[in-house]
Amino acid sequence: MSVSLPQLVKSPRKGVMPGNPACMGCPHTIGLKIVGRVLGDRAVLVVPAGCTSIIVGYGGKESLDMSFVHVPFASAAAVAAGLAAAFERKGLSDRIVIAWMGDGGGADIGFATLSGAAIRNDNIIAIVSDNEAYMNTGIQASSTTPWKARTTTSPVIGKTEEKKDLATIMLMHKVPYVATASVGYPLDFAAKLKRAAEIKGFRFIHLHSPCPTGWRFDASKTVEMAKLAVETGAWILWEYNRGRFEISPPSKPFADPSKRKPLKDYIMAQGRFSHLKDEDIEFIARKIEENWRIVRMLEKIFSS
Amino acid sequence: MWFRYSASHVRDPLKEAEEDLELFRKRMLSPPMEGAAGPTGTWRIMKPVIHEDKCVKCGMCWLYCPENVVSWEPGRVPSIDMTYCKGCGVCASVCPRKAIEMVVEEV
Repeated sequence: MSVSLPQLVKSPRKGVMPGNPACMGCPHTIGLKIVGRVLGDRAVLVVPAGCTSIIVGYGGKESLDMSFVHVPFASAAAVAAGLAAAFERKGLSDRIVIAWMGDGGGADIGFATLSGAAIRNDNIIAIVSDNEAYMNTGIQASSTTPWKARTTTSPVIGKTEEKKDLATIMLMHKVPYVATASVGYPLDFAAKLKRAAEIKGFRFIHLHSPCPTGWRFDASKTVEMAKLAVETGAWILWEYNRGRFEISPPSKPFADPSKRKPLKDYIMAQGRFSHLKDEDIEFIARKIEENWRIVRMLEKIFSS
Repeated sequence: MWFRYSASHVRDPLKEAEEDLELFRKRMLSPPMEGAAGPTGTWRIMKPVIHEDKCVKCGMCWLYCPENVVSWEPGRVPSIDMTYCKGCGVCASVCPRKAIEMVVEEV
């Protein structure tokens, strides 16, 4: 099942209203627009502290065209699970409860409740819009910040720890649906969202969102950067759907290293990596190859 | 209840509940509306200009616009709402025919 542009145009909901407080070139609003366009009236967003709780507006007016619940930081998946149970009890089982989190709310602070909801197989969609740091509070490093990326809590030499591979961790919770997506490929994200909406149980989508403010690149390059991440192989789009694992079409050609764009184009376009030397980039390239090896192995394991 | 501070007047619980519900609707619920952060067009430094002769009506600018200010229907040239356009330039960078040009905004 795929989604076409005219289908998205016809949607009754706009997703994001113009005049919201997001930064110029914000990737979250691209993702939220797709969520609103695909799920329309059925979507109920549960959002912990983060950029999205600012983007929605500061009172009086809401800038998202969906039902929205603000919750404390660590509780997004737990509140979403409760809401889903309540909807089911009330006979409103067509509602889709989405726990929309940043990487702080998903991978760090809210990870316990996210893991709990996954283990209980609660009927929610968890989307982690990963901009690879706590951008809302001033670019502090999170556990999904990549190695050597400069943030305000990892200045000068950059972060010394590795990036957490959240989607694979969620896959190992044995939930029915796990996928990675990118704001550079909204139709791919929309198709994944549509497939996820038809499944009952815990569904997880890891959305890659390049942030112009935190990654230090020009606001006009948000989509370009998201596409570059996929084209250089740094971000791999894949989908696990009830026992079947496959690399998504946009990422498929880049399984072959010779078809990838040079990694340097992607790394050096970001100000947070401007201090990197050539050997560091080679080291990152080796790590990317390791990630590809894992994804290819997973595809082999879940191919039947 | 929530917003009350004086206990001096005679209380009518039913009326209070009604008032509170009214206040809840007014203060706690926010309907979706344009311009939650005011006219964000004032943030703009560069302004997108669509060259209609180059446009192939593919809708990529509509799909990627983070601000949702581009209105487009299949087979039509898109138009941009300048009240709220922040001028980020994503539309110009995703346009396959380079039909959108960023020019300096003049007030």
